[in-house]
Amino acid sequence: MAYSDKVLDHYENPRNVGKMDVEKKNVGTGMVGAPACGDVMRLQIQVGDDGVIEDAKFKTYGCGSAIASSSLLTEWVKGKRLDEAEEIKNSQIAEELSLPPVKIHCSVLAEDAIKAAVADLRQKQLED
Amino acid sequence: MNKPIYFDYLATTPTDPRVANKMMKCLSMEGNFGNPASRSHVFGWKAEEAVENARRQVADLINADSREIVWTSGATESDNLAIKGAAYFYKGKGQHILTSSIEHKAVLDSCRQLEREGYEVTYLEPGSDGLITSDLVANGLRDDTILVSIMHANNEIGTVNDIAGIGEVTRAKGIIFHVDAAQSAGKVEIDMEKMKVDLLSLSAHKMYGPKGIGALYVGRKPRIRLQALIHGGGHERGMRSGTLATHQIVGMGEAANIAMEEMDSERDRLISLRERLWSGVKDLEAVQINGDFDQRLPGVLNISFSFVEGESLIMSLKDLAISSGSACTSASLEPSYVLRALGLSDELAHSSLRFSFGRFTTEEDVDLAIEQLVHSVEKLRDLSPLWDMYKDGIDLDSVQWAAH
Repeated sequence: MAYSDKVLDHYENPRNVGKMDVEKKNVGTGMVGAPACGDVMRLQIQVGDDGVIEDAKFKTYGCGSAIASSSLLTEWVKGKRLDEAEEIKNSQIAEELSLPPVKIHCSVLAEDAIKAAVADLRQKQLED
Repeated sequence: MNKPIYFDYLATTPTDPRVANKMMKCLSMEGNFGNPASRSHVFGWKAEEAVENARRQVADLINADSREIVWTSGATESDNLAIKGAAYFYKGKGQHILTSSIEHKAVLDSCRQLEREGYEVTYLEPGSDGLITSDLVANGLRDDTILVSIMHANNEIGTVNDIAGIGEVTRAKGIIFHVDAAQSAGKVEIDMEKMKVDLLSLSAHKMYGPKGIGALYVGRKPRIRLQALIHGGGHERGMRSGTLATHQIVGMGEAANIAMEEMDSERDRLISLRERLWSGVKDLEAVQINGDFDQRLPGVLNISFSFVEGESLIMSLKDLAISSGSACTSASLEPSYVLRALGLSDELAHSSLRFSFGRFTTEEDVDLAIEQLVHSVEKLRDLSPLWDMYKDGIDLDSVQWAAH
């Protein structure tokens, strides 16, 4: 299967790889997927006092398209408010990376990951 | 060194130049182009002579009589002819077939078809070593079993079954024994005098011959009868009609001849390459060989690299042509049914690569593979949340995953 240049670029040079402290109040963590299905994404976002995402990190177990989808997502969410980040659709990711139909589920997983990270952060803020 | 380096000899092999040379002489006007079935002129006689010479070469490889070799289009057709042909012919004796869950799809799908037609099939599960033993077979037999079909070497993990042992069990009960030897022929010894096998499938392109040609050994002692699947001119004693493809057949014969002559030296060389690869990667944490370590084909290793996904690993190993499973099934995103049958988790099955070496693999090739493998596995583990969890001592089985 031929991968698009953008997938290859993110795969070769993944952006924002890393891990944040799950316990921190201003960090939201979204872990989606399952090892049995061949992909697991962990996306973390950190918000500033103004509610804007100031940093994002990811780690992904999965195919090149899954790694590229999550890498791209970390770039996109930085500088966005939570409600804006939640608006990101899998179709935008799939289009940007020119994912073939068999890999659309990777972009769906990325959308699930950011939604889960935002939900985790909101939950923490409620508990405050 | 030409890149990418080919490490997928179980998928197919390049045709040996010595083989290709002989084949080319059987095509054009100046060559041996005649129809082997033409009885009235020298063009036919010469073609027939070439076909019969090749038949003897293939028979010699498995120590059989050349009258026991039937040409087919490949191992898939041989499997179909053996299984369906025997099941149809001996239907009156019984309608139960015994096979294993890790057979090639050509065997499994032939059995599925027979199930749709009313036959009953039992699929034996291998042990975690990937082997189907004679005890497993003996326990699976029924009074109405007419056919047992067990592969010699597995195409995904390279394990080699004790065919001689299984043959003792089936012959004692007068049950027909079919063996898919597509992956083992020319690589390990096959002897129809010593092994009590009734039907044996062979493929040319797995042993440096051309694609599109194979053979089925049909034993004469005891005599095995088959119902033909392809009807026409009554070629191959009525078992498989169709004009014989002289150039393909000559190619398979020469490939068998070379394989037999070079088997011993090639086996030792491939085993040492296999050891070399394994000693180069075994010190990575959480890696394992799938299938029995000793009872396996010389040039094959199926290795799981935990916490790294197979497809992305292959993607990062740009200079290596490898497979994440058999070529027949890797178009799907399902993990390998063979590895699942060995008891591997889906996750580990997804993290497995099949390396197969062959005649043109060198030590330098293997060294480059080791270097790139170690680098890629370490890089992808740095990217893997599962590796983080493993390092933090979290049992991945205890996590509630949301399947998707």
